[in-house]
Amino acid sequence: MTIKHYFWCIWLLATITLLSCLAYTIFLSEDKSVLLIGKASHGHYQIEMSCVSCHTDSFSGEEDFQSACVNCHGKELKLVDDTHPKRKFTDPRNADRTKILDARYCVTCHTEHQAEYTLGMGLTIPQDFCIHCHQDIAEERPSHKDIEYNSCANAGCHNFHDNSSLYQDFLVRHANEPVLNAIARLSDMKDIKSKGYVPDMNLSLSDQILPLDIEATIDSLSLAKAAHEWEGSAHANAGINCLDCHSNQNEDSKKTEADSQVISDLDQIKSGSTWIAKPDHLVCSRCHEYQTETYYEGKHGMRISPYLQLPLSPLRPSMSDLPFKADSLNREHGCNTCHGAHGYETEEAAVGGCLSCHDDDHSTHYKGSIHFALWQKEISGELPPGSGVSCASCHMPREEIIHKGEKMVQVTHNQNTYFQPNEKMIRPVCMQCHGLSFALDALADKTLIENNFKGKPAHHIPSIDWAIKRDQKPRKE
Amino acid sequence: MKNFGIVFSALLIFLQGCGDNKQVGIEPQVYTDSLFAVMNADRVNYTTLVVKRLGAEGTGAIKPDEHWKDVENGIPLPAQMFRAGAERVSETNDSFTYSLQSLWPINSQNAPRTDAEKEGLKFIIDNPGKNFYTEEDLGGVTYYTAVYPDVAVSVACVACHNAHNDSPRTDFKIDEVMGGVVIRVPLK
Repeated sequence: MTIKHYFWCIWLLATITLLSCLAYTIFLSEDKSVLLIGKASHGHYQIEMSCVSCHTDSFSGEEDFQSACVNCHGKELKLVDDTHPKRKFTDPRNADRTKILDARYCVTCHTEHQAEYTLGMGLTIPQDFCIHCHQDIAEERPSHKDIEYNSCANAGCHNFHDNSSLYQDFLVRHANEPVLNAIARLSDMKDIKSKGYVPDMNLSLSDQILPLDIEATIDSLSLAKAAHEWEGSAHANAGINCLDCHSNQNEDSKKTEADSQVISDLDQIKSGSTWIAKPDHLVCSRCHEYQTETYYEGKHGMRISPYLQLPLSPLRPSMSDLPFKADSLNREHGCNTCHGAHGYETEEAAVGGCLSCHDDDHSTHYKGSIHFALWQKEISGELPPGSGVSCASCHMPREEIIHKGEKMVQVTHNQNTYFQPNEKMIRPVCMQCHGLSFALDALADKTLIENNFKGKPAHHIPSIDWAIKRDQKPRKE
Repeated sequence: MKNFGIVFSALLIFLQGCGDNKQVGIEPQVYTDSLFAVMNADRVNYTTLVVKRLGAEGTGAIKPDEHWKDVENGIPLPAQMFRAGAERVSETNDSFTYSLQSLWPINSQNAPRTDAEKEGLKFIIDNPGKNFYTEEDLGGVTYYTAVYPDVAVSVACVACHNAHNDSPRTDFKIDEVMGGVVIRVPLK
């Protein structure tokens, strides 16, 4: 064997090794960071390793990308009655406009992997994009004469997609509202017990149903602690026994709160059900369908969404650029992260769950806020339900949904729906208690947001004033 | 040989006839006229049979409103209903598009933009009862463009436009042309 042959062998070996590494990265490894052409935006970094979620085809074109965008964001855009849907730009009369700014496709304004150019809301084009279609706005509305085009989307003015709380008639209709409503309460949660959706069984420790060999899987101290937390919990009250969550016996029967039934039975254990030591979100979803569905849509749960083309490991705070507490950085997010393993107290989850990880200014100032003081009074029974404001009150607000033909109030677990731009919070959150004008001013004040609304808004947003002025102008003859 | 030439020529002429690729199908004007007939019938019916009968002028059971989604028992105004149809069609069909426009639009985005639209809208107002037909190039595609008059069929149409804060005109009268329906068909 000559030296030339040796070189050929080395070359062949190196090529095979490189190709194997590449194939492993593409097809098997969760960590595909070596393939990234740039860091994904704050809205997508969670799923950037699930490349196929957006790059649905090897040679994805505009329509493929658009389908991927709509697949996740379409529902929300429909909910807010998107001001600039694709269908507004498909008419040939707008061909000259789409040539400059092709608003038919999301990626025109929201290009991914361009971290150095990405602005708020994932915007990757200059902020004065409104000028392309609305350059003559001052002729129609003299109040807009000296306003810069890069300020159209400033807080309290306009959004490209969601103007549901910013359109003129809405501003006029809600003008002159007080800072705080006379009765400032959040939507009541329907008493699901009174509707008969959940049995009122109040199980106690003596009602526990466990495998006979439970001691082999958990030490007695931990078992006692878990049982103690469970007794008196919402689950125990509703008749949800240990095996309802800790076994696979209900796996094939996806239930909702409305038709949950207690099916724990020793005979079923003996009939071959498998003990699940640590039930995950899939177990929770058997009954809490709406909560898990919205959880998958939000930032916390999107990595483990069953709808993700390539499911990933649970989200950890260390993956984010936001400030988090040091001891939480490697905590994997799941239902139990906020709700605990056995107590499932929603009150604790609504504040403690968030503050155990989040460490930004807004979060750290929460416990010094009026909102928190009200929340404490609600918890202690000093004020009626709905009077307090927890983290979840604003970031996972109560939504009215239709369940079996009846309106119900449920807590969404998708914080994206009402997060940014923050005007999205005005109607479902702020206006539950506050007047529109105050809400607009407060949400436009970055300092006030950082200190968790301690004090008054520093500036007044004139949107409502302008709307009233226009509404009252004399009609042309 | 002479006979062969005659036979060959006859065969050639015959085959040319077989290969006649003259396009058969509906003329663009018939197509757009037919589309408009359906659109206009639905538009007039919605205005007179639903909005007028069940809205503020009728039983009051429903509330036609510009922001109908924010109003209890709210339903779209006739112009919004028409536009909703155009948008739905654009999501499912690319063989034609249509829109409702006016020289005096409440929403300035519904003012004519292309030369054909400007000329067409002016034509149907200056020539009551007549339609306007032309061809235009937009985005590298040639379109057959037809403009039809949109007439005020109900007091509600006139009253709303005359009173709306964003309306550039306040003296519309019933049976007057308030705008036009622009239908475009791409020519291949």
